[in-house]
Amino acid sequence: MEGWDPTTKSTLTQIPLLTTRAGPRDGAAWTQRLKEEYKALIAYTSMNKSKDNDWFRISAANPEGTRWTGKCWYIHNLLKYEFDLQFDIPVTYPATAPELELPQLDGKTHKMYRGGKICLTVHFKPLWAKNCPRFGIAHALCLGLAPWLAAEIPILVDSGMIKHKDDTASSSEDQNQ
Amino acid sequence: MRSRIENLSNLATSVPIHRSKVKDMSAEVVDSNPYSRLMALQRMGIVENYERIRKFSVAIVGIGGVGSVAAEMLTRCGIGRLLLYDYDKVELANMNRLFFRPEQVGMTKTEAAVQTLSDINPDVVFENYTLNITTVQGFETFMSSLKNKSFDPNKEGSGVDLVLSCVDNYEARMVVNQACNELNQTWMESGVSENAVSGHIQLLVPGETACFACAPPLVVASGVDERTLKREGVCAASLPTTMGVVAGLLVQNTLKYLLNFGQVTPYLGYNALKDFFPTMEMKPNPQCSNSACLERQREYMLTKPARDAAAREKMEAEALSATECPIHAENEWNISVVDDSEVSGSDVGSSGVLPEGLTRELPTADVYTDLPASDETSTFDDLEELRKQLEALSS
Ligand SMILES: [Zn+2]
Repeated sequence: MEGWDPTTKSTLTQIPLLTTRAGPRDGAAWTQRLKEEYKALIAYTSMNKSKDNDWFRISAANPEGTRWTGKCWYIHNLLKYEFDLQFDIPVTYPATAPELELPQLDGKTHKMYRGGKICLTVHFKPLWAKNCPRFGIAHALCLGLAPWLAAEIPILVDSGMIKHKDDTASSSEDQNQ
Repeated sequence: MRSRIENLSNLATSVPIHRSKVKDMSAEVVDSNPYSRLMALQRMGIVENYERIRKFSVAIVGIGGVGSVAAEMLTRCGIGRLLLYDYDKVELANMNRLFFRPEQVGMTKTEAAVQTLSDINPDVVFENYTLNITTVQGFETFMSSLKNKSFDPNKEGSGVDLVLSCVDNYEARMVVNQACNELNQTWMESGVSENAVSGHIQLLVPGETACFACAPPLVVASGVDERTLKREGVCAASLPTTMGVVAGLLVQNTLKYLLNFGQVTPYLGYNALKDFFPTMEMKPNPQCSNSACLERQREYMLTKPARDAAAREKMEAEALSATECPIHAENEWNISVVDDSEVSGSDVGSSGVLPEGLTRELPTADVYTDLPASDETSTFDDLEELRKQLEALSS
């Protein structure tokens, strides 16, 4: 696990691993996989809460569990910045990871592909490929989204690309002057 | 100043010329014949029957820097039907590449492409699909559009002759691979590296060659150390030159495959920094994680005796003509009936040693032993129960 910070590493090892290799087109096997996804997400969320490091909410947006929506947030200079989070489970899952999207940040950073898909580090895909099918949604959030927020949100805030919600009114007045 | 205004008003009143459709491809060399230089390929003996191109359907997935140029090349060649897939819109950030024009910003890439291409060649039948093939719904539409045979009801197999993958990410390539394995559809992969200085094309015949999931993707080593590559603030770079070269290699291979001339390359890399073109062949992996690939491999093995017989016949015919023709006399030692399993050239198995200049983009999945499904958590083994439990944590 070269290239990962110690916190990410230790958190990752505590998320339960999955065993069923199944994607959304695999019927009953997908239901089994979905159960494992929930278990991993429950364990990860509980762990975050117990460490006072709760940072996302996610739930299936359709009964098949192929589309997920929620929120994620990041604290910078004691202020909380919250964003919508969404992604689809690709038909080739888990061979390929879900592409995590933050639609509100689309066009605000180069570290993003079109449609608000976050640009993952060179370390993510190799690790995902190496661990297929044991990594799931929870692992993607831990390895993909958490480091992305930690790296990009401070830059976006400091450069003025994003404003804190309480700050929006005054700053737009500033711009008008 | 006045002449400038006149010039501008002339431009404004000039009506664009639209050519009408042509019924048959003519070889007549006149200014008004759009196909004369292509039909000349036939006269020169390069291609046996060029006009067959009007029978072919090609699907292009990804209408970006490579796909749009490939589409234009095939359109100008007079391809029968083009199916275009992309979910994206044209942006000003795309203007460093070829094909799209600034006034098309905001249009979907597929619509903008059809607009330009049908102007260039109204004989081509276009189908455009604005969708994301990686989603469950997008994939279903993708599959059914490939299966649709209304263009040529007598065609064997699927409704298209070739699928060209011109997407820019691993996820979408794996989806094209999935569809083509399930449909037993031959396809070609193309790619340009994120640092824009290398690229490759690859032929994939389900069951016969390695599929895209048989082994981690093979890419050209650019010679630039990944660790020294500065990635701050950017996802990927792109050059119209590299993309144009790769699109050219891809369509060249497409024409050779469809019109049956020359050698169709199984893999051709392009290293722009060193002007190096590595090539290789790859056999399917009997342990491939893709079940459709394994099925195609089994089918391919079943037809082996028939293929061997055909190969032997061809070899004998060639040997016969070689003895008749004294020019080929010094080649006689090269003619032998080889077993199908002996492949000349640089063939690597899915785990074999790679030729110089090529590298794997991703590692292979670790081997792990299946944990027996534990029953201790059976109280939480109901999906609805688990969903509620996560919901409760969220409140
Ligand atoms: Zn395979």
